[in-house]
Amino acid sequence: MLRVDTTPSYDAWQGDTALALHAVRDGIMECEEIVDDTPKIKDTTFNETTRWLIAVRDHRDKAAFAKLFDYFAPRLKAMLSRGQFGAANADDVVQDVMLRVWHKAAQFDPHRAEAGAWIYRMARNRQIDVIRRTPPPSPEDMPEQVSDEPDAVQILALEQEGERLRQALAALSPEQRQLLEQSFFDDLAHSKISAINNLPLGTIKSRIRLGLERLRRELKDLR
Amino acid sequence: MHDTHHHISDDLIDAYALGRLPQAYSLVVAAHLSLCDTCRARADALDMIGGALMEASDHEPVNPDLRANVLNALDDPAYKPAPAPKGSGPFPAPVMAALKGAPPKWAPLGMGIRQHILHEDQGGSVRLLYIPPGRAVPHHTHRGLELTLVLQGAFSDSEGHFQRGDVQTARDDLMHQPIADAGEVCICLAATDAPLRFKGWIPSLLQPAFRI
Ligand SMILES: [Zn+2]
Repeated sequence: MLRVDTTPSYDAWQGDTALALHAVRDGIMECEEIVDDTPKIKDTTFNETTRWLIAVRDHRDKAAFAKLFDYFAPRLKAMLSRGQFGAANADDVVQDVMLRVWHKAAQFDPHRAEAGAWIYRMARNRQIDVIRRTPPPSPEDMPEQVSDEPDAVQILALEQEGERLRQALAALSPEQRQLLEQSFFDDLAHSKISAINNLPLGTIKSRIRLGLERLRRELKDLR
Repeated sequence: MHDTHHHISDDLIDAYALGRLPQAYSLVVAAHLSLCDTCRARADALDMIGGALMEASDHEPVNPDLRANVLNALDDPAYKPAPAPKGSGPFPAPVMAALKGAPPKWAPLGMGIRQHILHEDQGGSVRLLYIPPGRAVPHHTHRGLELTLVLQGAFSDSEGHFQRGDVQTARDDLMHQPIADAGEVCICLAATDAPLRFKGWIPSLLQPAFRI
C-alpha cells in the first residue's frame, strides 16, 4: 500500500503558484474570442480514439474497446508509474480506469471532451483517490446521452483546438514541459503549477462551453 | 442554467483539477463546477492538457494478463462501478456524495442558524450553513481562505449580492457579515482552513457577552 502524506496545504500551493505564474507569463497569449474557421466535414473525420469511444458508447463494441485499451493502457501506465506511485498501484488503476471507460462510456460527450481528456480525468481521479485514500469530490456527471444528433461541426472544432493545443505543447521548452507533466501526473502537494497560461486555452474553453450549453438546452427540452 | 456572477478564480480551479486543493475546498469547487458552465469549461480545458500530455508521453507495456482480465470482465456485473450520486434539491451531486445520500442533520448554532459539518481535516473544514431569511451570519474572521457557495436563497455583504451558484472568495483577514435575503432560507456550502476556529462560533449579538 502506498504511504505518502500528501494532504496538500493551501499555503504551500499558493506560494508555488505565485512563483510559477510570474515566471512564465511570456509566450502565447490566451485568445478569448472564437476563431471562425468552420471545419469542412468532408475533409476531416473525428480522431480515431473518439470514434472508438463512440462505438463503445453507442454499440457496446468490444473490438473498439480493445483498440482503446491497446492505445491508452500503455500511456496510462507510463503516466501512473512515475514517482512514488509505483507499478502495482499503476496496474490497479489502469485496470480500474479501463473498466470505467467501458461502463461509463454513456457519459462521454465528444462536444465537450476528446477521448484522451475524458480518460485522463478518470485516471487522475483514481490516482488522487489512492494517494489520499479518499475520492476527490467530482462535479455532477452530465446525464447519459441525450436524444439530439451529434453536431459534427462542433466536435471537429474542439478537435482542431486540441490540435492547436498539442502544437503549443510541442513548442514548449523541455523544462516547461517537464513542469507541466509534474503538475498533471505527479505528486499532489509539491509540484508547481506552471506554464498553463502559455497554452491556448481561451478558445478551447469557449468550445467546451458551447458543448455544455448545448447539453443543458437539450435537457431542458426533455423535461 | 443560472446566471452565475461570482466565479471561482482560475488559479483555484487549476489547483482543484490538479489535485492540489485540500478536500474541504475541493468540495466547494466541485459543487460550483456542477452549477457553472464557465468554470466547468476551465476545468475541462485543463483535462485537455492532461489528456494531450498523457497521449504524448512514454508507453509502458501492460502485462498481457491484465489486458485479458479487463476484456474478460466487461460483462461481469461485479466490476461495474457504483453509480455516481445524483444531485437532490438544492444539493448538487458532490454535496449529496459528502452527505452520503442522506439529508443534512442540522445542528443549531444559535439565532436560528444551523450547520452540518461535512468534512474536516488538517487542510480545512467544510460545512453546510442554514440561515433563516433576513438573518445575519455570525461575525467571523479567518486566517486563510474562505469559500462560500450559495446553494439556495441569497445573501449580501460588503462584497456584493450572492445567489445560487455564486461563490464568495474571502482571503485572510476580511471581516464580513453576510445577511440572508428576506423570503427564503439561505443554504450555503462554506470551506475554511481553520477547522477548530468555528467550534466557538457564536452569533454576533452574543459576542459582546462572550468577549469574542
Ligand atoms: Zn463559475
